[in-house]
Amino acid sequence: MPEQPGKSAIEVRGVRKVFGTGESQVAALDTISVSIRENEFFTLLGPSGCGKTTLLRLIAGFDFPSAGEILLHGQDIAPLPPFKRPVNTVFQNYALFPHMTVAENIGFGLEMLGKPKADVKARVAEMLKLVKMEALSGRRTSQISGGQQQRVALARALAPQPKVLLLDEPLSALDFKLRKDMQIELKRLQHETGITFIFVTHDQEEALTMSDRIAVMSSGKILQVGTPWDIYDKPAERFVADFIGETNFLTAAISGMANGKARATLKSGATIDATVAEGFQPKDNATVVVRPEHAKLTSSKGDLSGTVENIVYFGTDTHIHVRLDSSEAFTVRQQNTRSAGCGFERGDKVGISIGNDAAQVLRD
Amino acid sequence: MASRFDIRRQTGFTTIAMICFFALYLPIVTVVVYAFNAGSSIAIWEGVSLRWFYQAWNNDQVVDASMRSLQIASVAATIATIVATMAALATTRTKPYPGLGLKYAFINQPLMVPEIVTAVALLIFFSRIKIWTGYSGLGYLMAAHTAFCIPFAYLPIRARLENMDLSLEIAAADLYATPWKAFRRVTFPLLWPGILAGLMLAFVISLDDVVITEFVKSGGQDTLPTYMLGQFRRVITPEINAISTVFLLISILIVTVFFFISRKKDQE
Repeated sequence: MPEQPGKSAIEVRGVRKVFGTGESQVAALDTISVSIRENEFFTLLGPSGCGKTTLLRLIAGFDFPSAGEILLHGQDIAPLPPFKRPVNTVFQNYALFPHMTVAENIGFGLEMLGKPKADVKARVAEMLKLVKMEALSGRRTSQISGGQQQRVALARALAPQPKVLLLDEPLSALDFKLRKDMQIELKRLQHETGITFIFVTHDQEEALTMSDRIAVMSSGKILQVGTPWDIYDKPAERFVADFIGETNFLTAAISGMANGKARATLKSGATIDATVAEGFQPKDNATVVVRPEHAKLTSSKGDLSGTVENIVYFGTDTHIHVRLDSSEAFTVRQQNTRSAGCGFERGDKVGISIGNDAAQVLRD
Repeated sequence: MASRFDIRRQTGFTTIAMICFFALYLPIVTVVVYAFNAGSSIAIWEGVSLRWFYQAWNNDQVVDASMRSLQIASVAATIATIVATMAALATTRTKPYPGLGLKYAFINQPLMVPEIVTAVALLIFFSRIKIWTGYSGLGYLMAAHTAFCIPFAYLPIRARLENMDLSLEIAAADLYATPWKAFRRVTFPLLWPGILAGLMLAFVISLDDVVITEFVKSGGQDTLPTYMLGQFRRVITPEINAISTVFLLISILIVTVFFFISRKKDQE
């Protein structure tokens, strides 16, 4: 998908971060370049140790890159200390000041910027309203709940009106219900303030539901940048397809390209059209991915055929695990209806039909 | 019913605890009781009186030595605490590096080197300086006390710093606080109980010192402990008990004040 033009808030250029020296040297970030647009909700997604938090710390100024530039509205901020960057952070553990009240916490940044007392007071009141914490402004931060601390941390980071807000897995300490509420709350705040949010998470569902765009990271590299829809439906590499959602991997022979799509011949002999990942180099054998909900199980012959191995009921849908005749594994997700079972039983010989626009060829 | 087995209860533990308690506190109780003795023996009880307190209060040498002790302890504890705070910040607010352990050892050196060695070393060192400068005031005692007070002030401050969440200081920096402002507004208020503990510990240690003071002091520079030691060589009266009792009261007062301050801080 072509990059849409838009002013970039943060431009990361060839950034490398190496920890340690000599043989124990580890590259936490391996020459990364990415452009984050103004007013966008941008997510860095990846497993722990992929470098997403390191990148966030470099943008915040808690660490300095070993090489490369970080531009904020065109100006290189990589050598600046954190207190000189118009960027604020919401920390994973909130890091609220325990010896200050809620209001004092929220006003801290403005006070440090030397704003007049009256302005600070007005802005703190505005922030308390924004995060719905007016009633608790005089409380110590140890006297409020985890969800409330989260709101204070957000208000504190938003109060100085930063150019960019960095969020380091801020929802990971909350329980499920509260996390869902805060996801919506965060989207609302981003929308209302118009500030660029850079959000770090390892939770792929959180990333899909909240982000305008996602960068999937692994082992210090960015593998793919795109909208949630891009990332989910058109994964570029095996890691991306596997990390986000569930998926089926099939080996296929590529016999040619037509209308921007590849003709892929599966091991079953069926030939399907598949979209191709960006940067795909035509080659004979490639991996094709099909999401479980984009395939249909039939009792007649389909594109693939196999035997039902296991059936798992999930409430909203049922996962049917099929062992293909080619000995590959394949899962089909089927929407449940209230009155009937899924219509198949373990040991059934079944066919699988892959929809018209369901397959994607990976580049690796 | 026989008492049930409980892993937390050790047989004979109560007895051992009682013995320890008596061994620790019985002598102190004796000292305090005989401070009120009407007679002039520290072993034969002759009735209740406050005469030894009066006598100590009117003894110029005692008052003089006490004032000197307090003066030295105040100066030494203050300087030691400032140095210790800086040392604690420098050794905890950094990534571990080779040689850090050696620095800990350096700072804590007075705890490990036998006091008598330090005393002799200081005696020789200061006598040189005395010859060069001609100065023979209280400064030597203050410097010596500062030196051995540093580790006592350092330990509680470092302990407090190590328990403090480093992300608070990072958050302050993120919110536009310069390093100095971050220290003043975040680190220092949270570190305060540790600094106070260090200060009080250093104060008490200085007040209590005999060996180094005995070696370093010039004529007429007796502190209270060295004065008391001198008295033991002559005749022992309950005046010594009275002085000790006042000392004990001051110590208890300091510890109590600190306890309430730190508890209040922790509740916040």
